[in-house]
Amino acid sequence: MTSVLEHTDGTDSGLKRFLATLSGVDKVGVEARAAMLGTRSIKTTSKAWAIDTAISMVDLTTLEGADTPGKVRALCEKAIRPDPTDSTVPSVGAVCVYNDLVKIARTHLDDNNGARIPVAAVTTAFPSGRATMAVKIRDTHDALDAGATEIDMVIDRGAFLAGRYGEVFEEIRAIKAICKDRAHLKVILETGELVTYDNVKKASFLAMMAGADFIKTSTGKVTPAATPPVVLTMLEAVRDYYEMTGIRIGVKAAGGIRTTKDAIKQLVLVNETVGSEWLSPTLFRIGASALLNDLLLQRMKMRTGHYASANYVTVD
Amino acid sequence: MRLDVKKTYKLFIGGQFPRSESGRSYEITSPKGVFLANAAQASRKDLRDAVTAARSAFSNWSQATAFNRGQILYRIAEIMEGRRDQFIAEIVACEGVNTKKASEQVDAAIDLWVWYAGWCDKYISVAGSQNPIAGPFYNFTTPEALGVIGAIADQKSSLVGLVQSIAPIITSGNSALIIANEKSPLSAITLSEVLATSDLHAGVVNILTGKVAELAPWMASHMDIDGIDLSGAPRKSATELKTLAADNLKRCHHFTGESLERILAFTESKTVWHPIGV
Repeated sequence: MTSVLEHTDGTDSGLKRFLATLSGVDKVGVEARAAMLGTRSIKTTSKAWAIDTAISMVDLTTLEGADTPGKVRALCEKAIRPDPTDSTVPSVGAVCVYNDLVKIARTHLDDNNGARIPVAAVTTAFPSGRATMAVKIRDTHDALDAGATEIDMVIDRGAFLAGRYGEVFEEIRAIKAICKDRAHLKVILETGELVTYDNVKKASFLAMMAGADFIKTSTGKVTPAATPPVVLTMLEAVRDYYEMTGIRIGVKAAGGIRTTKDAIKQLVLVNETVGSEWLSPTLFRIGASALLNDLLLQRMKMRTGHYASANYVTVD
Repeated sequence: MRLDVKKTYKLFIGGQFPRSESGRSYEITSPKGVFLANAAQASRKDLRDAVTAARSAFSNWSQATAFNRGQILYRIAEIMEGRRDQFIAEIVACEGVNTKKASEQVDAAIDLWVWYAGWCDKYISVAGSQNPIAGPFYNFTTPEALGVIGAIADQKSSLVGLVQSIAPIITSGNSALIIANEKSPLSAITLSEVLATSDLHAGVVNILTGKVAELAPWMASHMDIDGIDLSGAPRKSATELKTLAADNLKRCHHFTGESLERILAFTESKTVWHPIGV
């Protein structure tokens, strides 16, 4: 296959030519494979390991219009020590909030032994991405200045679907240029709006070529979100990109992952597609809020031997 | 000649009729050993699913008006009446009794629903109290539903024992999961079909068929169950089950016969202090 980098000149026609060389995604095949991998049975010690790994990969998220500073502080407490009754539970991967709450989250984490937990901010007019470039750049600067070390940007799905790949590419490049070494860049494809797996694959490559550190499925505001076939398609793109360039890109599955079973299915997909190297918070994350409680309940079940109750974990 | 249309006896969880997650089933035979049907053999995961369903049904059911709950319980009696022949046939087959005895059991079961339907909007008035207080307050206590209640149905009769377990639990607004009679669970599944068509909210009653000895300890130790009715539990396992139930302070009860106490056993008293004369 031709070297990827030759085609990152950023013009519509150049990108189109390159993306056209990617093989199409076999819809039936990818769905069948994802379903097949979803039937793997993970039990006992493997399950215990998977639960702890999943907890350490959670980007504990609150992205509501009704978010208050108090709610964000409570979320940070939970991120540091997810189960106050059990100190062996690992901290989560990151805390993910809206721009204006980044400072509150960062300060609270720093003041409470949570300095190692990064704060992720959603930028570029999240969740729709409908704003001018100037606004999106300003948005990102704001987040970085407030202390965010991970930036979750959304792509302009309208431009992508209209075939203006160059515009999407330039946008990601511009945001990456702002982040530089200050922050990890996660690019949200919002796969629920991309309609086909072919588009998911194209958008994945576009984002990776433009400099994304992570590609992320969804905003969590649109369904369907991180369905297993979509995540599998993205993981395969990441694997192909690694083979072409030797660069490891991370994947973040966000939206619709609510149970431990869902989370473990994602880990199986990762392990079987890109390998165990990706089974780490540096290369795989799960964006979630309700999931963490279910992981904790399952962990309690494994520790105590009997089924747990939601009365014993915090209400988000 | 027509082919037989055999009925598949499945579990009743969250208003639906799934097979056991484990894929297991066990044979139901008449007392003389004649094969009657295969029933689903619930696993502990089915029990967990039933608890989840019961928990999510609790808020709506406990907040339904007492009058509405009474109507729904009465409707269960109405629909059972329409299917009495099926119940009689299943009792005859499972218990080996004659039609007259089976018919009496069906009558008793239907009458139980009517009896508890009547209690729905009365037990609070009867069991509640207005308390004398040395202060400017109007003070009253009312019983309220406890939450999710597990029960092991009486193992002697297949239908009456089942209704005796379910009805008092849901009268006050609790949701229930029941481990049916192990040897003759056919009426339990037919009763599920009645419950599913009686406007009873999905998940308020969940019925599991299978081995009592396998399921009961998981029920007793489940942290999201608030009380258990051990009336149908084998006597020798009662202590073990109560020990398991102690972790989250479940209420454990044994009952014989009908009484208001059976409803009140799984309620919690709420006392309200209302200021007066201000």
